[in-house]
Amino acid sequence: MSVSTKAAPVADQEMLISGCAAIAQALRLSDIDVVTAYPIRPYDTVMQAVAKLISNGELDAEYIVAASEHDQFEIVKHASAVGARVFCGSSGVGWMYAMEAIAVTPALRLPMVALVGNRALDDPGAFGCEHNDALCVRDLGWMLTWVDTAQEALDTALIAYRVAEDRRVFLPCAIGADGAFLTHSEVLVKVPNKEKVDQFLPKYDRGDKLLHPDNPITIAPQVNEDWVMEIRKQNDDAMRRARGVIQEAYRDFHKIFGRQGGNPFVESYMAEDADVILFGQGTLSLPVKVGIRKLREQGHKVGFVRLRWLRPFPTPEVQETLSRAKAVGVIDRDYSFGSPNHGAVLYNELRSALYDLPNRPHVISFICGLGGREVTLDSVTEMSEILLKVAKTGKVEQPNYWIGVRG
Amino acid sequence: MTGSIEVVYRGIFQKTLGQRITRGIVLAAVKEGKVGISFGRYGDSPERNGIPAKSFAVVADNEEDLQTYLSRYEPTDNDVTVAVDDTLCKGVESWAWYGLQPINKLTQPGGVVLTTSMQSPEELLEDCHRKDTEWSLAVLKGIASFSGLWVYKDDHTDVRVLGAIARLAPHVVKLESVEAAIQDEWQDELKVTSARKAYERVETRKVGPDEGNPEKPYEFQLPKWWEMKEGLVIPGIPVKQDVEGWEGGYRPGRNPTFKKFATRTMRPVIDFEICTKCTLCWLQCPDSCFDVTPTGHYDANMEACCGCGVCEAVCPVEKCVTMVNEAAFGDNASQFEMYEKDTDTYKSWLKGKIEDKVTTDRYHGFQLRGKYEEEVQEIIREVTK
Repeated sequence: MSVSTKAAPVADQEMLISGCAAIAQALRLSDIDVVTAYPIRPYDTVMQAVAKLISNGELDAEYIVAASEHDQFEIVKHASAVGARVFCGSSGVGWMYAMEAIAVTPALRLPMVALVGNRALDDPGAFGCEHNDALCVRDLGWMLTWVDTAQEALDTALIAYRVAEDRRVFLPCAIGADGAFLTHSEVLVKVPNKEKVDQFLPKYDRGDKLLHPDNPITIAPQVNEDWVMEIRKQNDDAMRRARGVIQEAYRDFHKIFGRQGGNPFVESYMAEDADVILFGQGTLSLPVKVGIRKLREQGHKVGFVRLRWLRPFPTPEVQETLSRAKAVGVIDRDYSFGSPNHGAVLYNELRSALYDLPNRPHVISFICGLGGREVTLDSVTEMSEILLKVAKTGKVEQPNYWIGVRG
Repeated sequence: MTGSIEVVYRGIFQKTLGQRITRGIVLAAVKEGKVGISFGRYGDSPERNGIPAKSFAVVADNEEDLQTYLSRYEPTDNDVTVAVDDTLCKGVESWAWYGLQPINKLTQPGGVVLTTSMQSPEELLEDCHRKDTEWSLAVLKGIASFSGLWVYKDDHTDVRVLGAIARLAPHVVKLESVEAAIQDEWQDELKVTSARKAYERVETRKVGPDEGNPEKPYEFQLPKWWEMKEGLVIPGIPVKQDVEGWEGGYRPGRNPTFKKFATRTMRPVIDFEICTKCTLCWLQCPDSCFDVTPTGHYDANMEACCGCGVCEAVCPVEKCVTMVNEAAFGDNASQFEMYEKDTDTYKSWLKGKIEDKVTTDRYHGFQLRGKYEEEVQEIIREVTK
């Protein structure tokens, strides 16, 4: 669809913007067609930023204020089926309220990109960051990525459209952004020019799946047990193919923009020679990296690996970066009550991914930073010391720790 | 030793009836020290009008045998297949594009198809598909019971079928245990009498492999996962644009394998002479089954009509659309073609169909709603006589 932009910058520029505003810039550059909005903190800053871009004439898109989060996701789902590039988002219980619409999107193979401004689920009513909201789509066929910085948010949004709209994939992608820490922090972000983005991101072409009078199709039929498994298998296959498409996208992104040249799936920080490694996702990388630098000064070989894509889960990369460590501590900003070892989601995912290694490290679960609580330097030290002790003794006395909880 | 009974019923009208029969079989089997299970299977929602759906009863001498038998989706070698509406003898089609399948498909070799009907076995055999092996057709005289729409109105069809099963498959349940179970479940001596009378009156006819409807049932192979279109996309079916004045664009055709007519218990018979071409039937038909003829009439396509009766209800002309028992028809031929070919023959055919009370009095249509309830007492008097 055509777009007329008034004040679109022609050259690359640096802007002091928040993570949400950085996503909004990516939406402008991606020339989105339809965006739906329904306010909930902290996601709502992105809808404000998009509204501003439209009202300034920098972006030409349908901006639909929905009656609820469920409507929000239904509307973009249908818009995507008729060929529109769409964006949507929510936080916490808002995302949960839309879950029925969210759950049906992958099977319809609609390449929606959504932002989840991570927020603790009610009750208690809280605004702080927790990852359980976005994690609810972990098993449903959504690609799921977590970003660490506003720059990464902008870059990942562009990459998300490229991967999601690739014919080999056609799956929706949710970008997890830690509420407050990322969504509301303003930093300098490199905003590329539109020409480069056009080079990177082809037009959304739905081909023979386009819902249009000239291409009459029925979508979303009712089926019985003779059809469902084959349909799920198709989803599984698309998710398997997504891995290669993600790698291609990062390679091209690096060529065109000169950024994102590292491993697309994991960021490895001082992990190569580390005896013990902390593992986590999102903005907790900041205190963890600082803490690790201090521990390194004291001679402790501690490293950090940040997971960037949870779905598809990068099993080979995770195995490769963690296989030499003696102990790995998974920091979960989420919970999974009653799960194995009472660890949380990331812990159990990782432990499963490492199972086939001939010499696998011990894996310890740390539940930390729930509800937006700060992951402190002291916490990083505490977790590292537990890991160092496990590495030294080779014994796991306790598989799971709640870090930073009073009592 | 295991035995299984399949009850094929019409969705919604007969759901309670189907369940009462299969429950009754299990309760009777328990009287003989056996174990059993009663369960439903359906391709479409049994809450939809006329949809062919199924209840099964499986009984066995012990739990282990029962479990062994049940380790499959549904019983495929039933001792008795019960069709509680005789129009089901034309075949059963679920909604999932499987085409019309024979009523006796899941009846074991030498097994019995039992139906409640006013038709003779010979008439019914025109509908029932051929089977490779010998089987039997049993008829329990009576009209189809459409008594169970929302509130079940007891016309004794449940116990009559149970009594007939005791006669046809005594190794599954015996008459004494059926009677004892009825007495326990409903505490109604009259219902016990109905069962006994049905046991005595059910008539059976052996059917050879060369008898029955020779039509070959629809066959197909389910596609592999990589052969299916991704994204739950089903392409529309275009038709040739041979309509005069057609200016391009897309005109959808009907799914050639999804006929829908197995759902039908009655069909509309149309008097083209008095039709005012008002379009209401064409507009209101939920299945878009009306084809516009070159003369501007509306011809109900019998492959696509599911027999709901909306056309009869919305037609403003008296006796222009009349719903007639599906059992009165042998094929799905176009009524309009018959009318065009020979108007006089059509008119006498039409008269024969719509003036025959036996074929027009069905009780779940729009026009006769509530009538069945009025007649229940009379029916019970008849069956217990």
